[in-house]
Parts: sequence; C-alpha cells; structure tokens
Amino acid sequence: MNNDIVLQMRHISKSFPGVIALDNVDFQLRKGEVHILLGENGAGKSTLVKILSGAYQKTSGDIFFHSTKTEINDPKHAQNLGIGIIYQELNLVSQLSAGENIFLGREPANNLGVIDYKKLFGEAQKLIDDLKVDIDARRLVKDLGVAQQQMVEVAKALSLNAQILIMDEPTSALTDQEIKELFASIRRLKDKGVSIIYISHRLEELFEIGDRVTVLRDGKYVGTHDIQDVTKSDLISMMVNRELKEQFPKQTFKIGDEILRLEGVSNQHLHEINFSLHRGEILGIAGLLGSGRTELARAIFGYDNIRNGNIFINGKNEIITSPKKAIKLGIGYLTEDRKSQGLVLNLSVRENICLPNLDNWSKLGVVSSKKENEATQKYISELHIKTPGMHQKTILLSGGNQQKVVMSKWLCSHADILIFDEPTRGIDVGSKVEIYQLMNKLIAEGAAIIMISSELPELLGMSDRILVMHQGKISGDFPIEEANQEKILHCALGV
Amino acid sequence: MDQKEFFLHHGRQFGTLLGLLILCIVLWILSPYFLTVSNLLNIAQQTSINAIIAVGMTFVIITAGIDLSVGSILAFSGVVLASILRIGLPLPLAIFAGLGVGMVCGLLNGLLITYGKLPPFISTLGMMSVARGAALLYSSGRPISGFSGSLRFLATGEILYIPTPVVIMIVVYLIAHFILTRTKFGRYTYAIGGNEEASVLSGVNVKLNKAMVYGICGMLSGLAAVILTARLNSAQPIAGIMYELDAIAATVIGGTSLMGGEGTIFGTLIGAFIMGVLRNGLNLLGVSSFIQQIVIGSVIIIAVLVDMALKRQKQ
Repeated sequence: MNNDIVLQMRHISKSFPGVIALDNVDFQLRKGEVHILLGENGAGKSTLVKILSGAYQKTSGDIFFHSTKTEINDPKHAQNLGIGIIYQELNLVSQLSAGENIFLGREPANNLGVIDYKKLFGEAQKLIDDLKVDIDARRLVKDLGVAQQQMVEVAKALSLNAQILIMDEPTSALTDQEIKELFASIRRLKDKGVSIIYISHRLEELFEIGDRVTVLRDGKYVGTHDIQDVTKSDLISMMVNRELKEQFPKQTFKIGDEILRLEGVSNQHLHEINFSLHRGEILGIAGLLGSGRTELARAIFGYDNIRNGNIFINGKNEIITSPKKAIKLGIGYLTEDRKSQGLVLNLSVRENICLPNLDNWSKLGVVSSKKENEATQKYISELHIKTPGMHQKTILLSGGNQQKVVMSKWLCSHADILIFDEPTRGIDVGSKVEIYQLMNKLIAEGAAIIMISSELPELLGMSDRILVMHQGKISGDFPIEEANQEKILHCALGV
Repeated sequence: MDQKEFFLHHGRQFGTLLGLLILCIVLWILSPYFLTVSNLLNIAQQTSINAIIAVGMTFVIITAGIDLSVGSILAFSGVVLASILRIGLPLPLAIFAGLGVGMVCGLLNGLLITYGKLPPFISTLGMMSVARGAALLYSSGRPISGFSGSLRFLATGEILYIPTPVVIMIVVYLIAHFILTRTKFGRYTYAIGGNEEASVLSGVNVKLNKAMVYGICGMLSGLAAVILTARLNSAQPIAGIMYELDAIAATVIGGTSLMGGEGTIFGTLIGAFIMGVLRNGLNLLGVSSFIQQIVIGSVIIIAVLVDMALKRQKQ
C-alpha cells in the first residue's frame, strides 16, 4: 500500500425532500487499500456510494479524482472514470453465461452484429483466471453459487478497467469458506493497485480485510482511522454514540406452561421433529442453510404441509392447514426475508401492520380505520419506528425500521408463539439491541419465542435453550449453560 | 389524513383529471355543440358500458392479473339474458341470469388461475374464445331480439333527469370505491398484487380472494351486457369484440399499474371518460374512424409515458 490518493470527496451533502441524507461528509481513498465504510442503517453509506457511482447527484461538495475536480453525471460516466460497484443484489442475467454477462452490451462482434463467441469466451476466461477463481466462462450464471456470481461481477468491473471497486455487503449471503475465497480475491485485487470501498455490518470481518475505516452516523462524518488503531467497541460507540454495555441484554424469566409441542413431525424436508416450547422461553434454533430450520418454521405456521406427526398448542392437538389458521391459534412468523415475504413494500406502514389483523377490526367486511390508526400509532411509538407517518410506503423505510413494522404485525395480532427467522439480519447494531429488548419484553409477558439464526453469538446471547438442526433432523439439544460455539458447530455439521 | 398526504395519495388522479379537463376545453373551442347538456349526457351514456367493465378490470389488474375475456363474457351473458326475455319470463330473472352467467365465467377464470395455477393471460385468453363460442352456439350465430319493452327502461329511462345507465354506472363506482378503500376484501386485493407471498404469510386467503376478483369482473361484464342489450333492444353474439382492450386502456390511463398493487377506482372512471370524450369529440369534428383509432391509440401511449415520467421524477 502507498499513500497515493485516488479519490477525495469533500464536504459532500445530499438532501432529499424532507431529509438530509448526507451532511458535510469527507471521504478519502488511497491506491490499493480496502477502506471500510461503516455505519448503522440510514447512516448514509449507501447514499455516499450512490453519489460516487453516479446513481445520485450530490447537493453540494466536491469530488476529486487524482487531484482533478470531477462531476459525476451518471452511472455510465462513473464507469468511464473507473468506478465499479457490486451491489448486494447482484445485477446479472441468470439465463446467460458468465462470459456473456461480463461483456453484456459490449460483445465483440463483426460488422453485421454477429457475436464472435470464441473471442468473447476467451477474453472472459482470461479475466476470470486473473482473479484466480475456478469458473467456466461458458457456464450459465444461474448454475453458479452466489460467491462465484460475485466474482463474475468483479471480473465485469475489471474488464471496464475499474480502479475503484465498491462492494456493498459482499459477504451477507456467503458461507465461511466462500468468505475466505472472497477475501483472497480482494487481497489479489489490492496487490494490483485496485482500491476497494467495502461496506459491511459484520464487525468481525472488518479487522480481517480492512486497512482503514470511515464511520458515518445519521448522515454525518464521524471519523477515519487505521484499522489497527481501533477496537470493536470503539467502532460500536462511534456508530451509535453510546457505549453498548451489553450487546445481548438477555433477561431470564420464570419458565411457564408448555405452549407448543411437536411430536414426530415429518414432511419432505423434516424428519421426526420432537420438541416442546414453554411460555417465558426463547428457544434458539441453529443450523446451516438448508438444514431444515426455515422449513420447520414454515411447517409450524401452516405454510408447508405436514405428512406425519402432531402439533399440540396449549396441550391441544391442532391441525394447521394454512397461515390463516396458524394466526388464529396465536402463532406469528417473522420471515427470513422481510422484503419478499414479510412486507408488501408498496403498501403503507399502517396497511402492513394491520394486514394479519383485519378480521378482528372489521364488521361485515368493513374495516374500522379508527382501530387501525390507533393500533398503528401505538406500535410506531412503542417500537420507535422512524417514519414520517403511518401512510409512508414501507419501501421507503430503512431495514431496521422495516423489521420493526413486521414485528408490529405480530405484536398487534397478540401472537404468543413467535417464530423469528433471522430477526436481525442486515440490521444495524442499535436496532439489534432494540429488537432483543423487545424479545425480553415479550417473554416477560408470557409469550414464547423460537429464534432461528445463523449468528451463533446471538443465539448464545439470547436463548434459554438451543436446538441444532442437520439435514432435517434435530441433531443437538442444549440448555444454554451447556452450549458453546464448538458443540453447536459439531452438531450443525453432523460430525 | 391531512391535506399534504391527501395530495400525495391522489396527485396522480388530479393529473389525469386535468388532462380530461384540457381535452374538454379544446373540444369546446373546436365544436360549439360539444358542451351542451344533451351531448354530455350522451357521452356519459356511451361511456357507461366501458366504464362498468373497467371497474372489474381495475380489481383484476390491481392483483397483477389481466382479463381478456370480458368482451366475450358480455356477449354470452347478453344472449342468455335475451333468450330468457323472449320466452316471456320476468325481467328480474333475466337480469339475474345475465349477471350469473358473467359471474360463473369469471369464477371459472379465477379457479383456473388460483387452483389450476395458470397465468391469467392464458386462462382468460382461453375463456375469451370459449365464451364467444358459447354465445354463438347458444344463439345459433344470430341476434336475439323481439322481446317486450320492459328492458328498454334500463337504456332510455331517466332517474332524476339522469339516464339510467349513467345512474347504474355511478352506483357501481361508489360501491367499488367503498370496497377497495374500506373493506378487508379491498385491502387484500392491493396486498395480493403488491406481494402475494407476504399476503399468504399474513393469513390472507389469496386463492379465495383472487377467484372472487375474477368473479366480480365477470359479473360486471354481465351487467354491461344488460345495459347494451337494453340499448340495442337485441343481443348480438358478436357484441363486445375488443371491449377488453378499451377496459384495459381506461384502467391504465387511470393510473393502475399492470405490475399490480396500485390503482384507484376513480382514476379508472376518468380514464374511461378520456376515451369516451375523445371518441365523441372526434365524431363531432368529423374525423374519420380510421384516424380516430390512431388518435386513441396514441393517447393511451402518451398517457402512460407521462405517468411513468412523473413517477420517475417523484423518486
């Protein structure tokens, strides 16, 4: 690494109608460094990056490339300046091959427009091989893993001579092994002199891959540090401006009566699941992706059919044929993917919160808007949902606030069996703690929670008991005192 | 809802309404006859059939669906209605049968789409042909007429000086607006179009609701058949050809998104009137029917282009 400054952003501000997204932010990028951009949801990271990639226009401030003042007019212009961006949601055409994606819109062709595939695949393969990853340029993107797809995006950016690469939460969908490979590729890019702006929520990995870190908070610049000069708790307090004494504010309550029991529940994804859940308890469920943890939630909620076995609720054998029935029985399901399953994004905060509860608030099919408004107002203030009003479309809220809207749906329906699938995924530290506190409050009031999570610290920090799943079976069952990361991993891997 | 929010939600409708007003002013300048009471009532009467079908279409399109069979269902309902009148059975029974035929065809669409998991385009394309064939078969391909005059009231009668078809249209719009904005069923309609999976997971009975939406759309085609048959005093098995396109156009001009989850019932009414006023105005000005088609097609395209440009600007 050297100290050549490739990019300098000074006093950048960006306002949207009614909101100041960025307020006088500075950012500087050196040649060949990995510069972490850190901040809570809504801190302004995405806005800053979008200004750089030409998706947004800054309201004021200056941008310098290699000391030359530059205005970035549109994404095409940013591309020509050598800025590549790899979004969280990958932008590839899944029905085309890796090579065709890399050269999409710039295919080598003769004068008649006929594509020279030999040249296309040859050059694409060379780009991919340069990254030292094992991908056949002729394979269709849909047949590649997420990590491989990311590398195709990287290769595409490099084929456009990107000197600055922006990566938005690149590890959020990767396994540990894939993360290692990604980091190895990032290091090779650094050696070639490519500068990387790296956005992530996972504090652990920042220390592994980052050189410097810039923290934003509420659209304002907080500071920039060399990564070796700061600790994790330094960063957290910079992000939230308060010491988080406890990351996991676990409270224990008296375990009450049994509320849910599964006996020998099986379907095409699940084999002989047995467990029971009690009031006042948080039951953690660990397991790798595909281990059947989400399928278990879907079966309890009546979204998937059960072939064999019985479900008892408050001691009574119930056949749950649909989510509608499950809701009537007091079950609430916070899905893993809040955007595609949890929310109707183009409906308002109020309409989303009320969606599962309209049966209770309507007479002859006519909904009482008074009751709707009261309930919505109550949860907006109780859960501190940051929104200009209850009629705001949920697509316009930040991730943490969207998650609070989904939680309100189930609080509002007075569910007392709550299934939370990855409740804090993609959510900033501050909102995470708020969600944990809410879980405490719920079990204090006599509800029971099943928490499915990929984050072991979270499971260990918040659960009273942990079940581990492997290939559709329960492979481990630990009281919290006996659980640790090693034991859970052993069961999750089935060894 | 305060004023600002009101405009935020209904701004799109004011834009379309403004378009309609400008259109009216231009026609008023070009033709003095345009702005007479009898011509305006004439427009309302002519628009009522498309406007009523477009209500059903709006429900369907809000769920991110489409119904291509409305014109054929109208024809089938019409010949059934007329045949019952011709053998001398009472009018209410005939109307009930007309609406019933429409509703059954619509529900069939709905079942094929929900339980049969067919794309709405395919299911209703099939129904378009089946219902047309059924209408032709039932009537042996000939118009059915020669029944007593009681039905005529529905076309030529007046309630408080307003032609009956216009009154029926207004009532249908008021009820549909109430359903969409105030009832569970209406809310679910938007939710299903916005995100079907999230709706299921929120306990919405998506299949039942969707099937009902198509059932309503079919029933309103049946209602349109009643009015059309009354006006012509005869039912044609080849009636209603291309009506589906007029209804889709009115809905889309009115601001309902083909992607689902968005749209308003009064937007559709304005959309239907833009088309009706345009046809009437072009006739008054003596524009040939060939050119009329080009103008109307262009208006549909321009309306949607402007709408999309405005939406982009908002973002």
